[in-house]
Amino acid sequence: MHIPDGFIDAPTSAAYGAVAVAGVGYAVRRASAEVDDQVVPLAGLCAAFVFAGQMLNFPVALGTSGHLLGGVLAAVLVGPWLGAIAIAVVLLVQSLFADGGLTALGLNITNMAIVGALLGYLLFRLVLRVLPARLGSVPAAAGTAALVTVPLAAASFVLQFAVGGTVDLPLGGVTGAMLGVHVLIGIGEAFITAATVSLVVATRPDLVYGARHLLERAPLEIRGAAGVQAGGAAISGAAVTGKVDA
Amino acid sequence: MSGGHAAVAVYRPRGTVLHRLPAECKIVAVFGYVVTVVLTPITAGWAFAAHALVVIALGVLGRVAPGPAARRMLIELPFLAFAVALPFVAAGERTELFGVVTVSRDGLLQAFGLVARATLGVALVVVLAATTPARELLTGLDRLRMPAVIVAVMSFMLRYSTLIVDQMHRMAIARAARGHRPRTLASARTLAMALGSLFIRSYERGERVHLAMLSRGYTGSLPVGLPREPASRAHWAAATAAVAVGAAIAAAAGVARGLG
Repeated sequence: MHIPDGFIDAPTSAAYGAVAVAGVGYAVRRASAEVDDQVVPLAGLCAAFVFAGQMLNFPVALGTSGHLLGGVLAAVLVGPWLGAIAIAVVLLVQSLFADGGLTALGLNITNMAIVGALLGYLLFRLVLRVLPARLGSVPAAAGTAALVTVPLAAASFVLQFAVGGTVDLPLGGVTGAMLGVHVLIGIGEAFITAATVSLVVATRPDLVYGARHLLERAPLEIRGAAGVQAGGAAISGAAVTGKVDA
Repeated sequence: MSGGHAAVAVYRPRGTVLHRLPAECKIVAVFGYVVTVVLTPITAGWAFAAHALVVIALGVLGRVAPGPAARRMLIELPFLAFAVALPFVAAGERTELFGVVTVSRDGLLQAFGLVARATLGVALVVVLAATTPARELLTGLDRLRMPAVIVAVMSFMLRYSTLIVDQMHRMAIARAARGHRPRTLASARTLAMALGSLFIRSYERGERVHLAMLSRGYTGSLPVGLPREPASRAHWAAATAAVAVGAAIAAAAGVARGLG
């Protein structure tokens, strides 16, 4: 969903431009507090990853194919702030380097970076809270959040259309069509997001921002060596294990 | 460098006036012009023809290759579906089309406006991208006071997306070599696995790049772009003139609607 110029009227676009500037500005501040001098390389590489991921078409049904939006995926993997910056930068580059929609940039950033990544991450954390607190829940929560976030982003577009649409389509029809299509897209997005996150959780759980709090909870056990009774020997024979629940 | 990047593939090095105009002037001019296009009332068809002439003139001035430019503009296809549906579902007076179907007159007009504005918006950006190398666009954004961190993230994205897209293609070749033929929904799982590996490799590359930057004395801010002379008064005058033409067309169309 890439809103072009002139689809939403100028005042609404300008207002959403302000929303986007405020949202991305806040994300930059939070990200800088979190990873400091790593913001630029990590957000930059994440933006490049999202850009590449969006080129990866997956078959949907009957010969049609869809591509990833990546908001929830980016937010779960690198965190909501870096993820939102990455998505916003992808949109900025696309609009400035070839795809147009300069005046609609605020609308697109609101839908995909603020709703898609920030709100998506909030949903992810909410879902994670009701699931058992272990790593296996992370992909399921990410998938569920993606499933809901894609129609939510579409709903955000419908709201923009209701406020400042330049064409008079019946609002009910637009809502129905947009939500219907995006529920389907959301299913694909949920599947890809969950499977991708599950692979990263299985191989490098420390890289998954949304799983870090679960890793930190893993207790450090200091086990005495079995059968060693003497005081001094117990220490020299102690095994230090950081048990990771995976 | 980033010349092979898919997003900047429309750039053609030439020595035209548009190529020499500093990027910050071009960005402001394009943005300003798109705003005037958006503000032009859709009832004035001739105004959009005038806008199109201006854009075509700019394209000729910048010697923009028509083929790649046209391919770029396919991006708006999904929204054309909206435009095609409009005349059939929009409210308002009905009119006959080709003597076959009756459609909404307003819907037809709005569909025209939708397509015209979106097309002009893309075409202007294509002229910008075709006449400005990526690093100059970044310098221009920096001069326009875009926050340094956003410019730096953009420059990273542009620099590394070529590498990452190449890596993705190599992984696709490797999958194909193992007999992977993606046809059904089941193959989506394989693609998701590939995406996961791609993320890990991208992130690890990000970490290596960060360490390499630290070892070269990086402290959190990047030197932006190549030193280049900032825009002169004449450059800004040229940019303002372009926007003024658009504004004049939009204003004339607005007045015409007021009279009619």
